[in-house]
Amino acid sequence: MKKKENLIELRHIKKCFDGNTVVTEDFNLEVKKGEFVTFLGPSGCGKTTILRMIGGFELPTSGEILLNGEDISILPPNKRPINTVFQKYALFPHLNVYDNIAFGLKLKKLPKKEQDEKVRHALEIVDLEGFEKRSIQTLSGGQQQRIAIARAIVNEPELLLLDEPLSALDYKMRKEMQLELKNMHKKLGITFIFVTHDQEEALTMSDKIVVMADGEIQQVGTPEEIYNEPSNLFVADFIGESNIFKGRVVEKKKVSFCGTVFDCVDDYEIGTVIDAVVRPEDIQISAAEGQIQGEILSSDFKGTFYIVFVRSGKNEIEIHSLKNFQPGTTVKLYIAPDSIHLIPYDSSINHYEGVLGAYSEEKGLYAEFSDFSWDIKPEQIFSDIKIENGHLIKNGQPIQTEGLRIEASFQPSAAQLSDDAQAGVVQGRIISFLYVGDHYRYTVRSKSEEDYVVDDEYLWNQEDYVSILIPKEKVSYRILNGKNKIVK
Amino acid sequence: MKKNFFSRKQLAVPYAVFLLLFVIIPLLVLIYFGFTDENGTVSFANFLSFFQSGKTIGTLLYSIVIALFTTIFCLLLAYPAAFILAKGKFKKNQAFIMLFVLPMWINFTLRITALKEILTLLEGNLAYHPFFNTILCMVYDFLPFMILPLYQALCKLDNNLIEAALDLGASEFQVFYKVVLPLSVPGIISGVTMVFLPSMTNYVVLDMVYNSTYIMGSLIGSYFSSYDWHNGSVISVILLLMICAVTLFSERFTKSEQEIEKGL
Repeated sequence: MKKKENLIELRHIKKCFDGNTVVTEDFNLEVKKGEFVTFLGPSGCGKTTILRMIGGFELPTSGEILLNGEDISILPPNKRPINTVFQKYALFPHLNVYDNIAFGLKLKKLPKKEQDEKVRHALEIVDLEGFEKRSIQTLSGGQQQRIAIARAIVNEPELLLLDEPLSALDYKMRKEMQLELKNMHKKLGITFIFVTHDQEEALTMSDKIVVMADGEIQQVGTPEEIYNEPSNLFVADFIGESNIFKGRVVEKKKVSFCGTVFDCVDDYEIGTVIDAVVRPEDIQISAAEGQIQGEILSSDFKGTFYIVFVRSGKNEIEIHSLKNFQPGTTVKLYIAPDSIHLIPYDSSINHYEGVLGAYSEEKGLYAEFSDFSWDIKPEQIFSDIKIENGHLIKNGQPIQTEGLRIEASFQPSAAQLSDDAQAGVVQGRIISFLYVGDHYRYTVRSKSEEDYVVDDEYLWNQEDYVSILIPKEKVSYRILNGKNKIVK
Repeated sequence: MKKNFFSRKQLAVPYAVFLLLFVIIPLLVLIYFGFTDENGTVSFANFLSFFQSGKTIGTLLYSIVIALFTTIFCLLLAYPAAFILAKGKFKKNQAFIMLFVLPMWINFTLRITALKEILTLLEGNLAYHPFFNTILCMVYDFLPFMILPLYQALCKLDNNLIEAALDLGASEFQVFYKVVLPLSVPGIISGVTMVFLPSMTNYVVLDMVYNSTYIMGSLIGSYFSSYDWHNGSVISVILLLMICAVTLFSERFTKSEQEIEKGL
């Protein structure tokens, strides 16, 4: 029963361009009938590619797309009961409004009277009655957008795909169209898949938001879930403004960060290292009462609220306040328990695959990674390892290390950045960074397209060319047994 | 503010002089000779005799037939080529375009001479198939002039429009004749103008393949070489009028193209 409700299912979708650029590795998603689903993510995260695969303009490298339970993965776009509203409208410039909207109907060879009726109705829905005879060139951007929507919905598709349809409109027009699209969705009962990089747009319009980054789903949920309970730091940072503090669970439902213990509602094991996410509008500033003390750094009027920055210890905290505060004043901050959202500290980052070389007495053990190679003490990889006559012996047996695949891991806090290219083992450009309470978390991409996550207290800029200092003693290794071909 | 060394108007002087000397004055001379007789009195006799003589009308028709065949074959060959160049998935597009444009870099008499040798080898004697050989050489000569404007028109065609048509249920063929073809009309027209009229007068090709039938170009040449300025001029004027007619006709399309661009 539940299965039947799924209008569209994406299963293990993998997409590569030109055989090597991987857009997405294993993408899985279910969209229910009648839902308004939004793909939200920064540009280049693969959201448009996924949409184009649903529309049939790109074929998945592997995996399947099911529509009402039937595989449509390799069906051409003209055979799918799906219509698309394109980013740049893609109206036919040689046809007038009527012929544009009736394009699909004419192909279906509908009687002229029925065509007229449907076109008229579609124009009514997009609020452009009487525009039939107008030429496309005489329409404004907003009107063209509406015609593009009318042209798609007039075919009564089961699924309407919208590829950033509002991005070319000005702010006011965009707001208006957001509400209208939402109303249209309610009225028509068609399933909408909407792609945007605008988080506000996504939060306003959707029933379900799919947050994407680097071709992977970060979180799927209702707008409230996504906003209030981001499942990782990326989502927390991408959706809305947030303060991120590094802390630790100290007691049941008590967490410590900013040098203070707060009550919270999320329950994690004592000792868990966490990132605490607090929205700027959830922090109250008062003169007398609060958990932490700080000093006002700045206060800027933003129309409906003030953006206030407060320094507390090493942390800089952003607060949205209805009241204005003088810089320099000392204040107290209060955070309610249900305003603190905990995300277990992601220690799974910074894993790099490499290959071991053969062991020799003079050179020791060398490992080759995509960006660097260095020597490793055998005991860092193997337990109970002995060296006898220049051979590595484990359990009385000599072991072959050459070609052995290993994984090196280190914490973001273990590494450091430097502007001296020679200082570190890896060089790369900063592609993004987050402010995490009292320091920044940088993602550095090396020439070989590996990403390194590094915590650093100094402010660097995006695109900065840096080298990464990785202390050897803080790197842990494990042997990748699963796909190992060498060890017998 | 520093004054420019030349004003814009001054920069136009060299071209204006060129235009006057080599375009406007010769044109006036042409019209003068076309509409006067040997005594220098104004007369439409030359003009009328062109349309009264079966020989000249025959030449005009033959030229039109040659030009039509050339244009049609150029169009048929160039359209798919231009489409592949503009929309195909060739990574080395530039190199590919080069392949089509490269013949333009070689002197055309040289190219025709080479083609002639091949044809002689195949046909034995070129005189057996004068019409076929003429068309073949003409197409070979003019093909790049058809490909380039088509290529440009198809490059401008937004891929989204093709996708939109597919999305709305059009088959590949329907996409072509409902979207691609109408939107490439400006390219077709400019390609046709660049091939049709020149191929009416390019009598060098006919000479080279030993096609002794006259076309418009050969007629002008023969009149001029026998010092009959009046009849030669009037034919040139008639060709000029045809060019004007075609240009005016195609302007209607190019105008709508400009409107389309403005709209997007």
